[in-house]
Amino acid sequence: MSVYQKNEVEEVETSRTLSLVVDNQPGTLARVIGLFSGRGYNIESLTVTEIDKLRSLSRISLVTRGTSMTIEQIKSQLLRIVPVHIVRDLTLEGPFIKSELALVKLVVKGANRVEALRIAETFRARTLDVTLTSFVFELTGKPSKLDAFIDLMRSLGDTEISRTGVSAISRGHKTETKLLDQI
Amino acid sequence: MLVTNDFLIESINKMKVDYISGAEAVIKALVENHVEVIFGYPGGAVLPLYDALFENKKIKHILVRHEQAAVHAAEGYARSTGKVGCVLVTSGPGATNAITGLTDALMDSIPIICLSGQVPTHLIGTDAFQEADTTGISRPCTKHNYLVKDPNKLCEIIHKSFEIASSGRPGPVLIDLPKDIQLSNVKYENKKNKINNINKNISSYVDQNLINKVARLLLEAERPIIYGGGGVVNSGPEASKLLTELVNILDCPVTLTLMGLGCVPNSNKRFLGMLGMHGTYEANLAMHNCDVMLNVGARFDDRVTGRLNAFAPNSKKVHIDVDKSSINKVVHVDYGIVGDCKNILSALVQEVKKLHNQKSMKTKTKWWSQINEWKDKDSLGFKQIGQNIKPQQAIKSLYEKTKSFDTYITTEVGQHQMWAAQYFGFSKPNHWMTSGGLGTMGYGLPSSVGVQIAHPKSLVIDISGEASFLMNMQELSTIVQYKLPVKIFILNNEWMGMVRQWQELNHGSRYSESYTSSLPDFVKLAESFGISGLRVDNVNNLDTTIDDMINIKGPVIADIRVEKEENCFPMIPSGAAHNEMILSSHDNHKDTSSEGLALV
Ligand SMILES: Cc1ncc(C[n+]2csc(CCOP(=O)(O)OP(=O)(O)O)c2C)c(N)n1
Ligand SMILES: [Mg+2]
Repeated sequence: MSVYQKNEVEEVETSRTLSLVVDNQPGTLARVIGLFSGRGYNIESLTVTEIDKLRSLSRISLVTRGTSMTIEQIKSQLLRIVPVHIVRDLTLEGPFIKSELALVKLVVKGANRVEALRIAETFRARTLDVTLTSFVFELTGKPSKLDAFIDLMRSLGDTEISRTGVSAISRGHKTETKLLDQI
Repeated sequence: MLVTNDFLIESINKMKVDYISGAEAVIKALVENHVEVIFGYPGGAVLPLYDALFENKKIKHILVRHEQAAVHAAEGYARSTGKVGCVLVTSGPGATNAITGLTDALMDSIPIICLSGQVPTHLIGTDAFQEADTTGISRPCTKHNYLVKDPNKLCEIIHKSFEIASSGRPGPVLIDLPKDIQLSNVKYENKKNKINNINKNISSYVDQNLINKVARLLLEAERPIIYGGGGVVNSGPEASKLLTELVNILDCPVTLTLMGLGCVPNSNKRFLGMLGMHGTYEANLAMHNCDVMLNVGARFDDRVTGRLNAFAPNSKKVHIDVDKSSINKVVHVDYGIVGDCKNILSALVQEVKKLHNQKSMKTKTKWWSQINEWKDKDSLGFKQIGQNIKPQQAIKSLYEKTKSFDTYITTEVGQHQMWAAQYFGFSKPNHWMTSGGLGTMGYGLPSSVGVQIAHPKSLVIDISGEASFLMNMQELSTIVQYKLPVKIFILNNEWMGMVRQWQELNHGSRYSESYTSSLPDFVKLAESFGISGLRVDNVNNLDTTIDDMINIKGPVIADIRVEKEENCFPMIPSGAAHNEMILSSHDNHKDTSSEGLALV
């Protein structure tokens, strides 16, 4: 971005969820991340995994923040990257689902153990591991739900957190099949 | 028995035909992609490739003296021909030396293929001798890059790389070739007809509706300006012709960026000269006061716009660019048209012609008389008094003496570069090679090598500064080896003049480390390479020196001793707007703003 002032009023920054289909090649992720660090854009969350073995394609779900002008820049900069095939702005397209998985280890003794289990139940978290002094819970859902759960767990004892980052998909019957066939 | 034997021999021959070494496949693929020249420097990791080149008669290898120079030479070759420039370097230091060149090509959108050697695949990651993470290092400075790990993909990758480098917004592509891949057996594959999905930002579809709106806007404008850039050059000579046609039909003033010089002939009376930091007064004020601006293939670079919040404040802006990400990047425009300049211009010219017949165009008499008033300021005027050579005069004389030839100009970076842009006239595209985006000192000399290789009969001149010349002067050796009659025209002011100028204007004349001391005797330097050296320090001998330089058959270093402390004007000081230009040192100008001081 230029160091000069902008000539229009800076509008508010909003959070946007982008969904990318990219070649599953070494270097693709580095180019995507390099674009964000090199041009000073934010990454709030990023997940990537192969979604099509045959064609060797991966999905990158990416949450970023910026003014609409910055977001447009990000999208067209992303499309310049040769192994990036599809860039979708889920926030702009319409309703979509954002989901994330968290693993939460809680070290806890005495009465708080019951409390922890009760909260876990309320959140529909699964208990994956139990010892006399600890639990490991697994929880999926909206990032805000995960945040709330983790906050509560923290107040009960020492915690260790592992989160996957957001995975996202649009609601409704529309798919990318046609777009993918053009690759 | 005999039959079987024959069969055996035949099948062995067939195997020979079908399978070639990776290195041979690379060279074959280059030939298939019309490569005639490759600029390179050998080393351990590319010996199989050099072996394959040794056998090859179709590609001429030019041995440079530094890998950075190989890329700049390829850039000069590419820009003066419109073809892809090709580079071959070894692993490790060979590849890292090429990085500045690749970055330069990326910034100025020059199509380059750079082949680099790499340690064998099984040694990658072990810190082997001359191993560098070349794809990692070059990722941010290439349009795309590959590390070839599978010999079966080798041919496909090379073919695709040419497509990537030359299509859409052109740029450099690096292919890292481990030595074992070069030695492996591969089955050669020809280029497929169509390679998909490279430039997803661009469509060949032209939005006729949008073209119509823009054509109307231009016809109804009272104070229009067209501003063209390097994208017009990249789009091919046809685009330049169309741009000139559009300018003429609309009777519209036109200005060009540093990269775009030559798109509209300097003789065209509607051409206002270059715009931007060292652009003409009339070009910048026309930009500032226009009501409609059409940007064709330029990118609102900060050298051009000056302070953004004061950039052409009362105008509707239209931007044609092949790269969608250039539109609305720094300047918000009213209409963005994504596409190749030639296609869009052709549609626009047609539409303007059509509408022009139906309705009368707004008269521009008032606008032109305003522009002529600005022209009367004569912002490029200078006074050649005394015997000392004014650098402006040196360029002006050079232009006068060479304009009847098919002359190609390359430059280094600094004041001399700006004076060349201001005082040399360009009548055609692809005849002006300068490092714009990156501003790389040391670009001009190697670039002139590439240009002269591509145009052996033409007059190729590197307009140089003494400091920049020192950055890649090893290429004199290349020039001599290939008998390239390049003329090196050094505006020798003994200073890193542009740095000195900024120190004078912004840092209280504290000339910290900007004096080029211990310069060589350029005439003796030339002679030590067996070429001619000339020197002139009196303006009365300037013309004859230039004549001599042109008339000498081989390469020449001309040491033009110019006024040492001349500044380059006009100038938009950093952080200032187009209408806050200063025309000379005597101009009362405000101190550079604190934001301006932070700018480069
Ligand atoms: C590789 C590189 N290093 C540093 C600079 C910064 N720089 C810009 S112009 C300049 C001085 C150039 O001096 P010279 O070649 O003598 O040209 P002059 O300005 O005197 O005409 C310098 C150091 C640069 N552009 N490129
Ligand atoms: Mg100098």
